[in-house]
Amino acid sequence: MPIEILMPALSPTMTEGKLAQWLKNEGDSVSSGDILAEIETDKATMEVEAVEEGILGKILIAGDTDNVAVNTPIAILLEEGETEADLANVSSSVPNSVAVTDTVAESSTPAPTPVSVSGPAVEFVAPESEWDGPVVKTTVREALRDAMAEEMRRNKKVFLMGEEVAQYQGAYKISQGLLDEFGAKRVIDTPITEHGFAGLGVGAAFYGLNPIVEFMTFNFAMQAIDHIINSAAKTRYMSGGQVSSPIVFRGPNGVASRVGAQHSQCYASWYAHCPGLKVVSPYSAADAKGLLKSAIRDPNPVIFLENELMYGTSFDVPDTDDWTVPIGKAKVVRPGTDVTIVTFSLMVGKALDAAEELAKEGISAEVIDLRTIRPLDTETILTSVRKTNRLVTVEEGWAFSGIGSEISAMVMEQAFDYLDAPVKRVAGVDVPLPYAANLEQLALPQSSHIITSAKEVCYRS
Amino acid sequence: MATKKTPTKRAPKKRTASSDVTNEQLLEFYREMLLIRRFEEKAGQMYGMGLIGGFCHLYIGQEAVVVGMQSALEERDTILTSYRDHGHMLACGMDPDGVMAELTGRSGGYSKGKGGSMHMFSEEKGFYGGHGIVGAQVPIGTGIAFAHKYLEENAVNVAYLGDGALNQGQVYESFNMASLWELPVVYVIENNSYAMGTSTARSSANSTELYHRGAAYGIPGMQVDGMDVIAVREAAKIAVEHARSGKGPYIMEMMTYRYRGHSMSDPAKYRSKEEVQKVREERDPIERLRAVMLKKKVIDEAGMKQIDKDVKAVVSKSAEFAQSSPEPDPSELYTDVYADA
Ligand SMILES: Cc1ncc(C[n+]2csc(CCOP(=O)(O)OP(=O)(O)O)c2C)c(N)n1
Ligand SMILES: [Mg+2]
Repeated sequence: MPIEILMPALSPTMTEGKLAQWLKNEGDSVSSGDILAEIETDKATMEVEAVEEGILGKILIAGDTDNVAVNTPIAILLEEGETEADLANVSSSVPNSVAVTDTVAESSTPAPTPVSVSGPAVEFVAPESEWDGPVVKTTVREALRDAMAEEMRRNKKVFLMGEEVAQYQGAYKISQGLLDEFGAKRVIDTPITEHGFAGLGVGAAFYGLNPIVEFMTFNFAMQAIDHIINSAAKTRYMSGGQVSSPIVFRGPNGVASRVGAQHSQCYASWYAHCPGLKVVSPYSAADAKGLLKSAIRDPNPVIFLENELMYGTSFDVPDTDDWTVPIGKAKVVRPGTDVTIVTFSLMVGKALDAAEELAKEGISAEVIDLRTIRPLDTETILTSVRKTNRLVTVEEGWAFSGIGSEISAMVMEQAFDYLDAPVKRVAGVDVPLPYAANLEQLALPQSSHIITSAKEVCYRS
Repeated sequence: MATKKTPTKRAPKKRTASSDVTNEQLLEFYREMLLIRRFEEKAGQMYGMGLIGGFCHLYIGQEAVVVGMQSALEERDTILTSYRDHGHMLACGMDPDGVMAELTGRSGGYSKGKGGSMHMFSEEKGFYGGHGIVGAQVPIGTGIAFAHKYLEENAVNVAYLGDGALNQGQVYESFNMASLWELPVVYVIENNSYAMGTSTARSSANSTELYHRGAAYGIPGMQVDGMDVIAVREAAKIAVEHARSGKGPYIMEMMTYRYRGHSMSDPAKYRSKEEVQKVREERDPIERLRAVMLKKKVIDEAGMKQIDKDVKAVVSKSAEFAQSSPEPDPSELYTDVYADA
């Protein structure tokens, strides 16, 4: 049957174009791939190629015609053995074009209204069970090391790679002893090549290994952020659930001490912004250990933000090699009734100090350690706010588009009627971090700022 | 075109170019190349009708590269490439229906319609994407090779990249690590002379020949006529064997050409029509193989016609499937973001 050749579109938005010229004449025989005509829009030109072979039976729209609508028949192709007499019974070169229009029409099923939840919709996460067994005083540094060692013993597919993690025993000595125990196959010193080894780690994870990629600090992970987000976080979705990235990116995050602007930044809100990632940032050694173990076992990419200033601090840690803390569960680290202080990582210590001071002035502050930033444990925050009716968020990073902003919006959306005062955000000052000791101190949130803000939301001075 | 090799200390000895390809294999190569060509023509046509959206990068002209490479691989080997990925998927045995339905954004597509032309995967067939960020597939492929070695599978990863992608820093980061750790990876540069509108001459310092770009890392390289499927296969055997035997990475520069625009909407002002026409007439990989087969009497004209017909039927079926498969259910919007912990 003769076939209609239709005016093609150069882009999904093109509705009409110019049929510039015909390169074949009526009666010419054409084979698949031959260029039949040229069409033009203001943006581009395109050649119309034959997809079938046959004879150009009739040109319906002449060359040099403007404003030809997309999908208008422009010529008729005769198949082998057909003659002009067959021109009458044409079939469209798109046997299903009618059906297609139908599907498009049908697809107007109302889409679900975009929901304004904070972070991914997550199921309720049960907290870890209370530990009443023996505990050992452990530094955060040792806790992180123990977590990795235990998981590497448990699963041969877990390996550690990064700069100076093996022979040097870790730039911050987190991987002390791991090379000796697991050997160079599983504890791998990389060249200084963050973009490359992050991508390499993602590839290994696609294939089913469980890499732990250590960044000497998260400042350097900006070179690798394309692989963290575009490759690790998005691939599961883009593959329709086929390919996952069970990988942990870990290392110190945030401000260290007197190292200047390029080495001092909190990345919590950067990563927390992105669906597909989980973001964890513990304070205590027990949480560091339990959460890192959960992160290594998690089938998703997990950003594990540590804090250099916490590495040497000791805490009680359950004396077991099977201590895990669930990702996605915050912890009330100090109960209170008058004001809720929500924070994470190093700032938990400052918040606890502030709560102690506030207690002396008769203000009972409840301190929540988020532990996980994404998925955010909104329930624990909301429960507290419904009780205290006042909220202060504290983070080291900048306030603009920060974690505190997200929490404020979430509480406003979900517990507006419970608030007795506007939420206050305590955050780093909106400047690159200065080097001078006094300026650095001024740029960072201190307990005094938390105290002042807590009093403000309690309308006390 | 002769096969050139980098003068690195790890370059293999020259081998004779005689081929052990059987007639059955020649027929298979022909069928596969034709399938890619017809599939891509169909995709172009469906794009023109508004059935395919966004970016759509066709592989027409480059078919011999992936078909020749694939013939030298084993089932456990893996491959990945950029956004110009339809040919690679068909060559590694993925179902044309699932590929075409992904192009139309339907639930029957390989990514359930959530990935599109540039993002498809098949763990079953060892195909790891489908990557839209120029060059990003290179460290990822290197990482898959790392996993092959770590798991002691004796498998090889083939990471394809464009001549433009070769200028990405992460490619050299990968070369360095792959060579340092002797990873079983073959880097296949599909040198089609252009990165969008930028010719290799305008983007490559010193030389437009790219096979020696791994020389500083001790990675052997060779230049191959990427429009000759048999030459590709013979070269591939050397490179793949090198990687598989534990000697580390290998670089292959395939001299090839894309006939169509970079994507569907391409002003095509950066090259002349004569240039395109000349390659089509003189170097077309399908026509060349066809001539070889007719000369060697592997098949006659009637047999060729039958293959054409069979391939056309496969492509038509895929186009029909891609239009009849329903759009993804709205509930799919929220699935596949996270794996269950
Ligand atoms: C990092 C990045 N930069 C730019 C682009 C836009 N872009 C897409 S393809 C392309 C050209 C790549 O050319 P080449 O590597 O030679 O591959 P080919 O298209 O020829 O197959 C560019 C610039 C991109 N996708 N990613
Ligand atoms: Mg190119």
